[in-house]
Amino acid sequence: MRLPLARKNVPVAATTLVCVLLYVAACLRYEHFFSWLVFINFFGDNAVLGLAAIGVTFVILGGGIDLSMGAIIGCTSITVAKLITAGHVHPLIAIGLVLALGAAFGAGMGSVIQFFRLPPFLVTLAGMFLARGTGLVISQESVDIRHPLYTAVSDFSALNIPGTGLPMLPATALIFLGVLLIAMYTAGYTRFGRNVYALGGSEPSALLMGLPVGRTKIATYSISAFCSALAGVVHTLYTSSGSAAEAGKMLELDAIAAVVIGGTLLTGGVGYVFGTLIGVLICGIIQTAIMFEGTLNSWWTRIAIGVLLLAFILLQKLVQARAAGRT
Amino acid sequence: MVEPAAPTAGTDHRPLLALRGITKVFPGVRALDAVDFTLRAGEIHALLGQNGAGKSTLIKVLTGVYRRDAGDILLDGRPIHLRSPAHAQTLGISTVYQEVNLIPHVSVAENIFLGRQPTRYGRIAWGDIHRRATASLRRLELAIDVTQPLSSYPIATQQMVAIARALDVQAKLLILDEPTSSLDAAEVEQLFAVMRRLKADGLGVLFITHFLEQVYAISDRLTVLRNGRLVGEYETASLPRLELVAKMLGTDACSGRPPCRPAGGPSPPTADPEVGRYVAPRGGAPLLRATHLGRRGALNPLDLHIARGEIVGLAGLLGSGRTEAARLLFGVDRPSTGRIEIDGRLVALHSPRQAIARGLGFCPEDRQREGLIPRLSVRENIILALQARKGWIRLTPRAQQQLADHYIRSLNIATPGAEKPVEELSGGNQQKVILARWLASQPRLLILDEPTRGIDVGAKAEIETLVRELCQAGLAVLFISSELEEVTRNCDRALVLRDRTLIGELGGAQLDVPTIMRLIAARQEHA
Amino acid sequence: MPETVRHTGMRRSAALIWPALALLLLLTLNLLKLDHGRVALSLDFFRFTIVDGHLYGSLIDVLNRAAPALLTALGMTLVIATGGVDLSVGAVLAIAGALAAVLLTHTSAGVGAIVAVALGASLLAGLWNGVLVAALGVQPIVATLILMVAGRGVAQLLTDGQIITFERPAFGFIGGGYLLGLPFTVTIAAAMFLLTAVLTRLTALGLFIEAAGSNETASRYAGVQVGLVKLLAYGGCGLCAGVAGLIIASDIQAADANNAGLYFELDAILAVVIGGTALTGGRFSLVGTILGALLIQTLTTTILTRGVPVEYTLVVKALVVLVVCLLQSAALREMLLRGRRRA
Repeated sequence: MRLPLARKNVPVAATTLVCVLLYVAACLRYEHFFSWLVFINFFGDNAVLGLAAIGVTFVILGGGIDLSMGAIIGCTSITVAKLITAGHVHPLIAIGLVLALGAAFGAGMGSVIQFFRLPPFLVTLAGMFLARGTGLVISQESVDIRHPLYTAVSDFSALNIPGTGLPMLPATALIFLGVLLIAMYTAGYTRFGRNVYALGGSEPSALLMGLPVGRTKIATYSISAFCSALAGVVHTLYTSSGSAAEAGKMLELDAIAAVVIGGTLLTGGVGYVFGTLIGVLICGIIQTAIMFEGTLNSWWTRIAIGVLLLAFILLQKLVQARAAGRT
Repeated sequence: MVEPAAPTAGTDHRPLLALRGITKVFPGVRALDAVDFTLRAGEIHALLGQNGAGKSTLIKVLTGVYRRDAGDILLDGRPIHLRSPAHAQTLGISTVYQEVNLIPHVSVAENIFLGRQPTRYGRIAWGDIHRRATASLRRLELAIDVTQPLSSYPIATQQMVAIARALDVQAKLLILDEPTSSLDAAEVEQLFAVMRRLKADGLGVLFITHFLEQVYAISDRLTVLRNGRLVGEYETASLPRLELVAKMLGTDACSGRPPCRPAGGPSPPTADPEVGRYVAPRGGAPLLRATHLGRRGALNPLDLHIARGEIVGLAGLLGSGRTEAARLLFGVDRPSTGRIEIDGRLVALHSPRQAIARGLGFCPEDRQREGLIPRLSVRENIILALQARKGWIRLTPRAQQQLADHYIRSLNIATPGAEKPVEELSGGNQQKVILARWLASQPRLLILDEPTRGIDVGAKAEIETLVRELCQAGLAVLFISSELEEVTRNCDRALVLRDRTLIGELGGAQLDVPTIMRLIAARQEHA
Repeated sequence: MPETVRHTGMRRSAALIWPALALLLLLTLNLLKLDHGRVALSLDFFRFTIVDGHLYGSLIDVLNRAAPALLTALGMTLVIATGGVDLSVGAVLAIAGALAAVLLTHTSAGVGAIVAVALGASLLAGLWNGVLVAALGVQPIVATLILMVAGRGVAQLLTDGQIITFERPAFGFIGGGYLLGLPFTVTIAAAMFLLTAVLTRLTALGLFIEAAGSNETASRYAGVQVGLVKLLAYGGCGLCAGVAGLIIASDIQAADANNAGLYFELDAILAVVIGGTALTGGRFSLVGTILGALLIQTLTTTILTRGVPVEYTLVVKALVVLVVCLLQSAALREMLLRGRRRA
């Protein structure tokens, strides 16, 4: 059976299919799975992971890798918390500040990678240590946030969508979806986005084609750090607290797993931001399903994700092998 | 000495591009030495030269990848200083590289417009891109689905896309770097049709190739480089093939020896002409026999046999398929037709390791990529193949030392010690190290692909003596070289290849340089 | 004769100078002690005491606590030398500990058998990674990421998410016992180091690993079994992680699948890189890795004993990574050389 599907879209189509199948299976199995609340919680609960994953998608599409996401989340969450509670800074200013710092931090890592030609793995590893360490220096304990703005946000999320009786998408979900749409637009409809794909597809060719390779590379790391910083902010919105040690622990690998499951190749140049969304949703569905199951424990999530990761990597290998055999 | 070229109908006389005295030096080697070059608008100009002649360096200087050390570049009579490939493109110099150098996973249409995508209200207008790409390709007589990734199309099509990209940026000068290496006859004709149209439109086309037939089929004028120097610029129609081959090899067309007064540049070093021709001990049973061995896209089927004690040569110009034949014999590539028999028994060689187990050895042409283990020491590089064959039990340090010292001495490898990382040696000495590795593994059949490239005269003679001694003792050698003198001096018999086809086998009295050159230069019967 | 090609990297013995010097510097730092606002020399850090025939002291402490990290770094060296990386060592470590704990509490099998099973499992885990990388050609980061994610889940599955404690003196000997005055962990680490050194330097394996990591194509042409070499490297890495896991479990007489070995892989990679083995593969130095692991551990211990808040450890580690990378960076050297030539 020949599918009317371009070969490069097979991974993301497969992953979307798996996502839908998982969702349907879960709905059939668990009575209250098919509900609006459960559905919007996929986006709300996984906003932190989702934002980090979207950010690192750009880095991976550009052929690099980033390990610092979880650490940046921790650092920004505690910074925001501290600024608001101890510094009495208005939340919006605090948030603006950490977002700017995040972008600058990412640009710094990207510059070191570009100008000194250092392996991204090691540089972002250093970045991870630096960020987590700085967060811990700021405060080892978690800090609760009590501010009218935060209460307003929570109140907003408790509202219903006007006209229907359905609960509103929480603020965290809205931020996630907003960034997702911007990211999809950037990747698909801007010159910068297309340059990222070119950079990941073949850096030497991109150079010869006259594309601004250095600037693009640095920008991807800046975007990733910015998104991680935003994820940290969202974490504070979600938990009304900040924590350097707990926020984003081990999250970088979950994010990379989501990106890979979403069909993006770690070698770069191939993949869609939409795929990352699917990857995150799959993680969310599995986690929620396991919760619903009751008898299964949370670690089955990790095992399931590991198995899915393996399946998708083998699928990618298969697609690549058949492509090579044909030409 | 640059011979003035007579004007041909249809070409514009003013030079589109003029290079004066271009020099480019790398540590230890003069890649380009005061090269002059002229290209006119509305002409197709071929650039020829063997490995190391300086072609690719010249192209990289022209496209802004390298900064020239001396000389001027004049485009349309105005001097230009190229800063980068992007800059060269904006000035109108576009290049289509041998490896295409576009982005494989990206669509055809996008490859044409990368970096310059048309936008509407800040948003990339995909509809426009697809439409304009389809139109561009139609002008090149290509009707394909431009939304598919580039890699899903054959190389010939990918090259057309690269040309379309070049044209879309308003190129004045189009450089085609070895565009026909991966094309079949029909695809080559399509490419030529496009090139003729571009020429009629007033573009200057620089065509780098090693296929002589194609040079004569399509180019108006040609330039020959050798050892980084300009040999000459000629009207294609008025240069006999034999003379062209001679100029590329630096030999005299008639005698086959280097001319007393070199045409351009110093004559290549030659070994002592007093050393006699190698004669194999007679009566050797065939060690290896290849029948109808070929690989699609790399080598047309040929027959080959080598007996113990024989030195069989593979002669031909660059790109004639010699290395491809060697790779088939050594198990690196899988043949699409034919079979190989060793000691009379059919073998299927799926990997170098299997070939080595059967007693083969291969000293590759691409030293950096396929030969050297750069950060390992001279000693470790030398013993590697032997150790791999021996297995897990290590060769004793003393044995390793002795082996290393033995070959350092006998091949005169210039190194402060056997423990130096091999990447610190000069090119010629690196070559000797790789040769030593294969000699140390004591093969029964040794394939040498350009073994004396970069090695000085004295060392060449030493190596040749060593090889002959081993052959007298029973080693069989397949000797691949583009230096015809070397082939005739060292080989018992030689197979001559051209354009990936075996065109003849010479032995005994027939095996001399003029005969080989005549074979290579002879017009093809068909096409 | 053309000039010799320029240096592109440090020689093996020269590269060891940096971590050795850094270690020396750290140790010297420990000689100084703040005493009522004045700096004084103190040998406290270097003092040994013998109690009940056992050696005690800060230095011994360092060695003891460094043992698991040292072991994982040892295995990681081989993998990095082949041009890959193994992110799953922390998870494998946790699995080994969890498996041992479960067997200790639920069966009456002997300690020897339990150790064998746990080590066998960790070896299998390593070979699994090796098959993915060598036979299927999966990128090492991705291949080992799978086990890193799933493996910890497996460990948690084994322990049912709980921290399993056990009481087996024989098993406790691994992490807490003393042999000839030295903690048994130090003996294990030394023995593994010797074993690895013998396997790599006294057989052809070391040469094959270095060749395959430096230039895989050329090694294949020379007849090296690159696939097998990689398989062995990953298998060995898994095994080392397993030993480390047993030490940790035995030390605390418990298996904590959630936290055991967390971030171990990163420290291991750091130790290897500090020790002079390039992340791209090729030449490796086991001694260098030992120095690197000791450096990290001494750093941590020094920070703690000086009373510096522990959270600064990570910041310091970050700076160390950066400095090491820059030192190894050819690009930086080029920049400096260009600057010197102009001046």
